[in-house]
Amino acid sequence: MSATYIAKATQVAARSLEGEMMIMSARDSTLFTLNPVATLIWQSADGSTPLREIVDRKICAEFEVAPDEALRDAEAFVNDLAQHGILIVSDQPIGSAKPEQGGPQ
Amino acid sequence: MVELDTATDQYVVIDIGGMPVLVRNESPEFLQMLEGRYSGFVNAEVPAAFEVEVELVPPGRISEDEDVAVRFAHGWWIIERGDLRAEWDPGSRRGRIVQSQNPYSIDTALRIIHSLILAREGGLLVHAASAVRNGKAFLFAGVSGAGKTTISRLAPPDARLLTDEISYVRRNGTGYLAHGTPFAGELAEPGENIKAPLAALYFLEKGPRNAVEQICQSAAAGRLLENVLFFAKDPELVQRVFESACDLVRSVPVYRLTFYPDQRVWELIG
Repeated sequence: MSATYIAKATQVAARSLEGEMMIMSARDSTLFTLNPVATLIWQSADGSTPLREIVDRKICAEFEVAPDEALRDAEAFVNDLAQHGILIVSDQPIGSAKPEQGGPQ
Repeated sequence: MVELDTATDQYVVIDIGGMPVLVRNESPEFLQMLEGRYSGFVNAEVPAAFEVEVELVPPGRISEDEDVAVRFAHGWWIIERGDLRAEWDPGSRRGRIVQSQNPYSIDTALRIIHSLILAREGGLLVHAASAVRNGKAFLFAGVSGAGKTTISRLAPPDARLLTDEISYVRRNGTGYLAHGTPFAGELAEPGENIKAPLAALYFLEKGPRNAVEQICQSAAAGRLLENVLFFAKDPELVQRVFESACDLVRSVPVYRLTFYPDQRVWELIG
């Protein structure tokens, strides 16, 4: 099975409010409030750490959850965010995307 | 400041939220209509920061879009609805509106232009009534039917109404100022052209009794974003609006205000 890599998309706004992570797609204005597990995945989405490693080293270390179950949930979550353009999901490591230039004043 | 040709008197300056917009048109009837509709906000003394020229055309469909559409193309914001087409250049701070002689089209265009200007500086236009009492401003946000006009009608005599429909919020240092607007809802009366520091934001819900309950910042930000007036499909400005909403709910307390429509609800405000 190939590894899954995740990275934050560029057209996304994120803010932690009282410990809750809020994320909004600037593309379609969809707003997400992440639970603690999802927040950990989001914060770990560096493009180079495989999702399996994020789950094993961070999710399972911090929350009482079986690795396989946690990975299934994590895959569903990242695919959901990818559909809204919030996360980039790839079977290859993802290079740091440069912010888009230009735009209105 | 925009350098303007004010040699002729074929214009009015409409000063909303401390953002004076000079509206130019050759029709005395149209300018007279603007002076009446925006009375309290027309100010010939203040230097204009922005300018729009209005081209009046015969009544009829001007744009294909029935709903408001706002897009950015080649350095210009394009605002379209069936009854209007407007172009706005944020760089030169000038624009142009094509519409028939009616008050509603320019009202929409001005709201959207203000929302674009505000988005860049961290302010917001919010679907909310607002009022000033004891030197402090309070916002009452909600969709149509939530009670914006009702809470405005119930305001005590010492409260000064900023609007019963669209609130104008600007960043002021680490806090926010709420300004009066002429954008009226069912009350059909413009707000007062005054401003005050924003002290609290309430989300209105009608209920069997009056109750106020503070809500967490993430829920407050989500609800505030649902009530922000912003139409532009532009990722950069959408990000700014998101940041502004988050900043606002971190700087002022936010409450759910369930109210039974009588004047005692105002005992909970402040």
